[in-house]
Amino acid sequence: MAIVYQKSKMLTDAPLHYCPGCTHGIIHKLVAESLEELAVGGKTVGVAPVGCSVMAYDYFACDMVEAPHGRAPAIATGLKRALPDGVIFTYQGDGDLAAIGTAETVHAATRGENITIIFVNNAIYGMTGGQMAPTTLPGQVTQTTPYGRDVTTAGFPVRVCEMLATLSGVAYAERVSVDTVPNIRKAKAAIKKAFETQIAKKGFSIVEVLSTCPTNWGLTPEEALEWLRNNMMPYYPLGVYQDRTGNEKGVF
Amino acid sequence: MKGNEAMAEAAIRAGCRHFFGYPITPQTEVAAYMSKKMPKIGGTYLQAESEIAAINMVLGAASAGVRAMTSSSSPGISLKTEGISYIAGSDLPCLIVNVERGGPGLGGIQPAQSDYWQATRALGHGDFHVLVFAPSNVQEVVDLVFLAYDLAEKYRMPSLLLSDGLLGQMMEPVSFPDPVEKTAEKPWAACGHQNKRPHNIINSLYLKADQLERTVVERFARYAQVEANEQRCQQYLCDDADYIIVAFGATSRVSQSAVDTLREQGIKAGLLRPVTLWPFPKDAIRAHIPHVKGFLSVEMSMGQMVDDVRLAVEGKAPVGFFGRTGGVIPKPSEVVEAVRKMAGGDR
Amino acid sequence: MKDWNLVFAGFGGQGILFAGKVTAYAGMMEGREVSWLPSYGPEMRGGTANCSVCLAGRPIGSPLVLEPDALVVMNNPSYDKFIGTVAPGGVAVIDSALVDRKTDRSDITALYIPATRLAQENGIGKLANLIMLGALWKATGFATLESLEAAIQKVVPPSKQELVELNMKAIRLGIETAK
Repeated sequence: MAIVYQKSKMLTDAPLHYCPGCTHGIIHKLVAESLEELAVGGKTVGVAPVGCSVMAYDYFACDMVEAPHGRAPAIATGLKRALPDGVIFTYQGDGDLAAIGTAETVHAATRGENITIIFVNNAIYGMTGGQMAPTTLPGQVTQTTPYGRDVTTAGFPVRVCEMLATLSGVAYAERVSVDTVPNIRKAKAAIKKAFETQIAKKGFSIVEVLSTCPTNWGLTPEEALEWLRNNMMPYYPLGVYQDRTGNEKGVF
Repeated sequence: MKGNEAMAEAAIRAGCRHFFGYPITPQTEVAAYMSKKMPKIGGTYLQAESEIAAINMVLGAASAGVRAMTSSSSPGISLKTEGISYIAGSDLPCLIVNVERGGPGLGGIQPAQSDYWQATRALGHGDFHVLVFAPSNVQEVVDLVFLAYDLAEKYRMPSLLLSDGLLGQMMEPVSFPDPVEKTAEKPWAACGHQNKRPHNIINSLYLKADQLERTVVERFARYAQVEANEQRCQQYLCDDADYIIVAFGATSRVSQSAVDTLREQGIKAGLLRPVTLWPFPKDAIRAHIPHVKGFLSVEMSMGQMVDDVRLAVEGKAPVGFFGRTGGVIPKPSEVVEAVRKMAGGDR
Repeated sequence: MKDWNLVFAGFGGQGILFAGKVTAYAGMMEGREVSWLPSYGPEMRGGTANCSVCLAGRPIGSPLVLEPDALVVMNNPSYDKFIGTVAPGGVAVIDSALVDRKTDRSDITALYIPATRLAQENGIGKLANLIMLGALWKATGFATLESLEAAIQKVVPPSKQELVELNMKAIRLGIETAK
């Protein structure tokens, strides 16, 4: 019988620990397929964050390093400087990337560090049980914003792609979503393009993926996808925020 | 050559091509030297956005299997402790330099040894050790940089070189060993598996308690080897000494002058200078217990290493302390006075 | 009253921790020393969950129960992990709708209660945990039935007191089934 679909060889056989309905699994798959299609798995080193995807090092079949909370872009920098022809990516959540690791993110970007960041934004801290994240929406109820995020005391959510797009080192920044099949296809294309940007040494690349957390949002998986569309997408519009890949030398 | 520059040159000759730092006094010359040299030899000098980022860049580069380095001074080391704990927990070798200054807080920028506790006990959370080297002259700075890398790779643990503002700024003649051409194979490194081996994981997370315990116990078996094989110290006139001064780094030089003066005055003094602070040279100290009347720990702190001297002596001989802190360097005459006091005052 | 060291184990989301909490509160209603110690893991859902509960007439030493006098178990992995730990002469209450194994231990009393199926059949789908608790009560009598009911009133949030009766229905169903 003809094989019409099989799991990417860039994923191990370790069972994922993610909650039912969580979109991390889809995003893992897109990253793995991109690396496989680009035939770079053998020279890839991934960096896992602290957060729900902390155990990503068990799931990707490339060499992996587990980072302290927020420091993945700094570790990726060290790896890239030691392995200039390697493909180095980080896989980070919103708390990791946009709160405790903001400095590392911004400076890796402005250095034009030739790495790729896969940024999973689900507007909440998942692993610790659903606290307010830097990307939690105004009014959104979490364990630590029980009355909804009050912007007068808790401030406003960070729009990461918009912020990074202003930096000269950023070759490619796009926000995508994995809520529907067409959007998953677009997310795959973006992730692949980000890796291609790195392989062509054109500078820093980031793909922000809007993702769901049914468990901590207190919704069913289907409701969560609906919530993402109705609440996250208006605040975090999908699209390309920076693209300097057309230049022969990228950002440099 | 200045101590700080000699240290940087030694690291390059020891095979380091990846330096990540952040400006702080009094280690500035290390970074400045690296920024001048590295681009010319195809190496990396990277001024990070923070001390925290710098140590994590070291973690990344060390994961890939290269000889990586960062240097800082006391307040900066505090920031690095997170990364150092992860490096130790991931069994990675690397070189960290602390050119000590006075503390706590911003403290001062004059030389101090008040990070002894931090260096030997508190470089981060968790059950772990770091190799700690304490040079006392510029030549030894150079030699210990080579040793620090070799032992870090042998035992797969970070090395800390504990210098101070005095040693860093001081110029002394120095000769360099031959450059290291090839460092140890690192089959564990995360450098891309080239589809030739299973994927390597550099990690410090073990969610199952028994698994973490096994990992830590295995690491402590290695530490026991380090303690058995790598205690280093230098002794000066200790064999017949009634009073042995224990001092490292800059204070050991002051103390050596004091020993000479004391001998002239008819007091049989000696100097035992720890070269490794972890592992602490307790065996060498213990060997003198039968013939000494007392040990005196001399430090630029309120008394930190004196704890380790007491632990080594186990109450079997008197242990005294003399120190100046805040960036004040003890005078030889003060050390002489402290020993004489221990010996029962003027005779 | 006899001292009890208990373990409740299953998947997260089955109400394992809730059942343990009700048990501890039942002891507290009687003025006994009690402790409730949950395990915790990284997974929010789908991971294994368990808790140790101690009811005693004097201050409790270790709150971690390694050899339970009684075990309530609601999935295969937890069964495999804990069935061997039950103290000789102890009790194991096993949700036989979810656990497909039977113990060959002859030194313990095993009760096979198809709690998850019973809950669905009786329209109390989410209360298999309390059916199991009812069976445990029947097998051990760890507290009086009055204390158990008072504990449920205590543990169910004030805003959801209408659920108390439903919870008691599940308890009674467990008691019936264990007869």
